[in-house]
Amino acid sequence: MITHDLVILGSGPAGMAAAMTAAQHGLSPIVIDEQPAPGGQVYRAIETTPVNDRRVLGQDYWSGETLAKGLHHQNIDYQPNTSVWQLTRQRDIGLLHHEAASMIRARRVILATGAMERPFPIPGWTLPGVMTAGSAQILLKSSGVVPNAPAVMAGSGPLLFLLAAQYLRAGVPIAALLDTTPRGRYRKALPYLPAAVRNIPTLTKGLGLLQELRRAGVRHIKYVSALRAEGDNQLERIRWQTDGQDTWESLETSTLLLHQGVVPNTQITRALHCEHDWNEQQLAWHPRLDEWLMTDVEGIAVAGDGGGIVGAQAAAIQGQLAGLGAAIALGKVKSDEGNRQAAQLRQKLARETSIRPFLDVMYQPALQWRLPSDDTLVCRCEEVTAGEIRRIARMGCRGPNQTKSFSRCGMGPCQGRMCGLTVSELLADANQQSVEATGYYRLRPPFKPITLGQLARAAEDNQ
Amino acid sequence: MTTRVVIVGAGFHGCSAAVHLSSQGHQVTVIDKAYAGRHASGVNAGGVRRLGRHPAEIPLATAAWQRWQRMTDLVGDDCGFRPVGQIKVAENDADMQLLADRETQIRSLGFDHEYLIDREELRRRIPSVASHCPGGLACDGDGYANPYRTVTAWRRRAQQHGAIFHEGIEVTNLDSHKGGWEVTASGQRFQADIVVNCAGAWAGTLCERLGEPVPLTAEAPMLMITERLSPFLQPVVGATSRPLSFKQFENGTVLIGGGVRGAVDFQRDLAETRLDGLAENANTVVSLFPFMAQARIVRTWAGVEAVMPDQIPVLSRSHTHDNVIHVFGFSAHGYQLGAITGEIVADLVNQAEPSLPITPFSITRFQDA
Amino acid sequence: MFKRLPLSDTTCNRDVTITFDDLTVTAREGETVAAALLAAGMRNCRTTPVSESPRAPYCMMGVCFECLMEVDGVPNVQACQMLVREGMQVRSQQGARRLVHDHA
Repeated sequence: MITHDLVILGSGPAGMAAAMTAAQHGLSPIVIDEQPAPGGQVYRAIETTPVNDRRVLGQDYWSGETLAKGLHHQNIDYQPNTSVWQLTRQRDIGLLHHEAASMIRARRVILATGAMERPFPIPGWTLPGVMTAGSAQILLKSSGVVPNAPAVMAGSGPLLFLLAAQYLRAGVPIAALLDTTPRGRYRKALPYLPAAVRNIPTLTKGLGLLQELRRAGVRHIKYVSALRAEGDNQLERIRWQTDGQDTWESLETSTLLLHQGVVPNTQITRALHCEHDWNEQQLAWHPRLDEWLMTDVEGIAVAGDGGGIVGAQAAAIQGQLAGLGAAIALGKVKSDEGNRQAAQLRQKLARETSIRPFLDVMYQPALQWRLPSDDTLVCRCEEVTAGEIRRIARMGCRGPNQTKSFSRCGMGPCQGRMCGLTVSELLADANQQSVEATGYYRLRPPFKPITLGQLARAAEDNQ
Repeated sequence: MTTRVVIVGAGFHGCSAAVHLSSQGHQVTVIDKAYAGRHASGVNAGGVRRLGRHPAEIPLATAAWQRWQRMTDLVGDDCGFRPVGQIKVAENDADMQLLADRETQIRSLGFDHEYLIDREELRRRIPSVASHCPGGLACDGDGYANPYRTVTAWRRRAQQHGAIFHEGIEVTNLDSHKGGWEVTASGQRFQADIVVNCAGAWAGTLCERLGEPVPLTAEAPMLMITERLSPFLQPVVGATSRPLSFKQFENGTVLIGGGVRGAVDFQRDLAETRLDGLAENANTVVSLFPFMAQARIVRTWAGVEAVMPDQIPVLSRSHTHDNVIHVFGFSAHGYQLGAITGEIVADLVNQAEPSLPITPFSITRFQDA
Repeated sequence: MFKRLPLSDTTCNRDVTITFDDLTVTAREGETVAAALLAAGMRNCRTTPVSESPRAPYCMMGVCFECLMEVDGVPNVQACQMLVREGMQVRSQQGARRLVHDHA
């Protein structure tokens, strides 16, 4: 097995910036990404998008071009289409590329595995025709593919509004925007506004998006408090209630795009048994990191949204910090010079992330979107409902690892990615204990399913 | 007479003891440093097996098997028990000879639950097995069950009988107190006439404290489970001269285990899976069922288990203290026996002669060595 | 249901022909199987092994595992992570996988 100095997992803003910083300091990092091209989700298909009218995807998107160019540095070994199915605490990494498994080892690892959209369990969310807003945006960026009939967008958060604006600019009609942001949220977030003012550009852009939607006359239904997707084998209509009223309204549609914010993808840090904390404001778990973004596992750092949601700009700064940390640790930068550069990066980072508390509070999903009704499927893979989880809790199960044995919840191919947060919150609620005390699934390799044949071959590679 | 019993460890054996003692009116407290079924009891391969048992264990396994038949009467849940049979497959003629010898041994001991099957019969029972396998040793009525569900059912039954469970606290002290014990766990104190040591991989610490150290090692048998596959296998399959336990559940997933060990991380109180061991298991599976090379592994895990050098448990009164009973060291095959061990513990607590022979499991057996 | 925006393509991505069950689909080089099939009007990519209910791609970024399909004979491939290739044969999946074990 070959040992490399630095392996970076992910080529979104954090991964690209980390690679570039490391390369500038004389390291030769390997960048592994399961996606086919650099950019992560935020800059998805940045080098290949057919949407060449720059106005459509917007300036923020195109700012990723510089980072992607940096990835072509001669010292960077970029390996797309490669998924990671194992990372041990000794930093042995199991890779899968075109169905072939192999192993490498690293002195230093930077996890830049980013975020995923928060699960949005509503009745009918497994029907074909229901997708996430993020997935629709990926279709737009990577293939110029859009709904062929006016779609309904539902939920809350900047990405949802951004996608709506991008659709409008591309001339794609929107049937309705069902806004689940609860009443009074602005007032609740107001105390965080003064701090957010340190990041004026982001704040202004957000307000601009909302204005853009208003001017275009999008049907914007506010304070949606219940939502169902219905249809026979595919989405046919949605029904909703507003502001806790008893009456249901409905709309025929073949496409529903859901979104209620993003959360760190902690699959790998969980499997490494890193310490994780529950963030009450972001309502998500994140690995515990030090000022160099190092986890409590030797030689493994996390940069970007995977360590707690910070946004693309801040993710890139974190990538630089982690790359610098690796360069110091591997003897490429003297520590006092490194510390000086790090101090500057941390200052930039503080300014960039000053808007987070405001956004986190403003768009925090309300309880009913996190604790769904009994008839809602929570685990999409094993088809386990919220009611079943509550029933198991009444039998005495206090944590998500115990519910697995009764329901197989979280044991399908996605390994709990789609249900983990919901199950922890449901159990915490049913048992009247904190989410922190309830905990999360114990995860183990493989992070991506591999065949017995691939496993056997990887072991030979390991000899 | 009511006895105050503190059981250390809420695995299957601890819960089994709690059910029998509390149903007889004893005052039972169960202490576990994590939660019931956290380690080996809750995450093992779930084999309900008499096949291939050590001769000393056969009477216990036979009695336990009878309890498994009426599991619902005992604890109000069948614990997922499916008596689909177990078959140890021979991969070559040498394996076949080993199995024939085993059959002879079983007969000479007066049992007949294990019997040889030839190539044709093996193929009839497992149509998907590789054609080079010359036969096997079968045990009808064996099968599998759901480990964590089992522990939960037994814990609930014990609670219904009045047993009190304290989870998340760890025994830190054991002091002689008025002819009995004062057990301290994470600051809480419990009075006991008798202490039952069901602490699994952590049982050795208590033994040391009692002045009777045991050669116990903590090991972590590893398991893997596949995606759901359409049904191809009824019985639970083992190999003869390699570690393997292979079964397909009703939901289509295939569980692969059988003893290949992971690494125990005592500091973090967990078990790590190891690639080379998993791959060894994968190779065994693929040589018995070549088409399985394509099956996708969705998840791997390992549970921490106490293993004794002679591969049989300690199930006896303490040698140094009259009022301590040891039940541990089942060496990665104690799950099936959990259905009977509680009855034996109850006999010992009641000062009665155990209904089954337990002399081979005495803690004193390591002293001469 | 989706369609392609009418774009003047300056990225020089060539057309690629793949099959989806019995249909022939024109895709563009550099895009994923899931994107190509959604653009071509695919509604479902599989039925679940649990209840055989229909599913379609959901996250498009590799985390939900809803887009599992058979690609060139390999089952349970994440179609949203796999790039199209000329001549690729993609099939929808029904229920649990069947592994061949016929060596009578």
